[in-house]
Amino acid sequence: MKALLVGEYRDGKLLDSSYELFGFAEKLGAETSMLLVGREGELPAYGGTLYLADAGKYGEYNPDLHKKLVLAAVDREKPDYVVFLHSSYGWDLAPRVAASLKVAQLSEVISVVEGGFELPCCSQKMRRTVKPATSVAVLTLQGGAFQGLKPGGTPQLQKLETEGGGGVTFLGYEAAEAKGVDLAKAEVIVSAGRGIGKMENIPVIAALAKALGGEMGASRPVVDSGWIEHGHQVGTTGQTVSPKLYVACGISGAIQHLAGMKKSGFIVAINKDKDAPIGEVADVLVVADVMQFVPALTARLAK
Amino acid sequence: MKILVCIKQVPDMESRFRPDSSGVWFSESDLAFRMNEYDEYAVEQAVRLKEQLGGEPELTVLSIGPDRVVEAMKKALAMGCDRGVHVQDASAQHKDPFQIASIIAAYARDQQFDVIFTGLQSQDRGSAQVGVAIAEILGFSCATTVVKFEYADGAVTVRRELEGGVKGIVQLKTPALVTCQLGLNVPRYPTLPNIMKAKKKEILAVPVADLLHQEPLAVTASFYAPAKKGTGIVLEGDVADQAERLIGILKEKTAVLR
Repeated sequence: MKALLVGEYRDGKLLDSSYELFGFAEKLGAETSMLLVGREGELPAYGGTLYLADAGKYGEYNPDLHKKLVLAAVDREKPDYVVFLHSSYGWDLAPRVAASLKVAQLSEVISVVEGGFELPCCSQKMRRTVKPATSVAVLTLQGGAFQGLKPGGTPQLQKLETEGGGGVTFLGYEAAEAKGVDLAKAEVIVSAGRGIGKMENIPVIAALAKALGGEMGASRPVVDSGWIEHGHQVGTTGQTVSPKLYVACGISGAIQHLAGMKKSGFIVAINKDKDAPIGEVADVLVVADVMQFVPALTARLAK
Repeated sequence: MKILVCIKQVPDMESRFRPDSSGVWFSESDLAFRMNEYDEYAVEQAVRLKEQLGGEPELTVLSIGPDRVVEAMKKALAMGCDRGVHVQDASAQHKDPFQIASIIAAYARDQQFDVIFTGLQSQDRGSAQVGVAIAEILGFSCATTVVKFEYADGAVTVRRELEGGVKGIVQLKTPALVTCQLGLNVPRYPTLPNIMKAKKKEILAVPVADLLHQEPLAVTASFYAPAKKGTGIVLEGDVADQAERLIGILKEKTAVLR
């Protein structure tokens, strides 16, 4: 069984998450080869066949050309699986490759199970086991689902070239907005989620943060709704935090949020939905209406 | 100009999900359905593009599924779409993402759409494949995870949301398809007059058999709840009692409360 692994670069650097592809291949028991649109001076410690295309020439984001490069490597390598990360790069490129090959794509694989691959569904609350019906399959892996693995060695390089244009032009990166609050230093973070209901309830959560001597965080929907500035956002597209105590108020626990806070020392989740995915990482799950429980807790802490 | 926005109706995600008799998807009994959250941003952006161009573009909303999906389409029409296309399919939930994309592409192929909007993913299936696959089949330029959308002089410029809050700025030639991320805009609430107006808008019904010519590429073997990893303590009951117990636990297990 052969797996072609497609790693990622950002601003000239190989992303560390690319090593999760090797961790997955080991779980699968597959022989590996790798494809990178990257730089010769910035290669992984990996002793296998590495198809390399020059990011200086093809760009870090040029999906039409990257698709052709992946297809060229597939043609040479004849893999059973073409594996990406389920990231802004992977979920953008993988379906183009799968559609071109007219083969199955399984998105956001979290484990290898008997009879196929396990995928999350229903906003991470449920699981499906899915099996490709085609001889080749494209997979994307959920970030953090597989341990990173550094195989070691020096790659056997095979240079790839392609040509053509396409309708997509990458104009550049825009840096992240400046952080208003440096949550990384906070010992206690109390975060507000959609479950608080409305913007007017933000002070209730802020009062608990104050009572615990902490800072205030927020989940994505709260920031998107404009209830609090982006500087407070915890998660993949915000800040990654690991305070001694993290209190999640009305946060269901989207994978992007969990990735940003699951390394916290102690996690308390307050949610009226007992099955919310936040329960998977919580040390204590308080099953309650957040707007009833939080004021009660704050009042008791003040005593 | 012609614009298409593709939407899905999904269950409320706070629902309890149980397998149906097939064992490979959820039972619909006791579930309340609504428009997929990502698609609300797609509809809003499509309506804004129509408004930017003085109302000239014709804006079509398409959805695949049983009769209940018409409710979600009516909301899109009340938000400002001009007409609906309901692809009637009582077993859409058993089609894989490439089949869904093929159905939409088969409808769109001869329609000369300039811009197609979809959500980044559905909240229930979550494959994030359908939009990109439609673009691939139709030969449209495409960008995913869009958090800012601009249209000027026949070109689309978007910001893609990358990890760590970084954005990628990308220009697309039309015809183009974009998949919309949460936070792209603030979706409007339909007003009562617009809800009334929407009732008179045309919804064309198309049987799925007219558009589906694609075999499934993947097979779902089972649908189930995850094994409970939660080793945590669950506090239920009276709020005052819960607060008391939580404070006790925090005093014992963390150095935060003294």
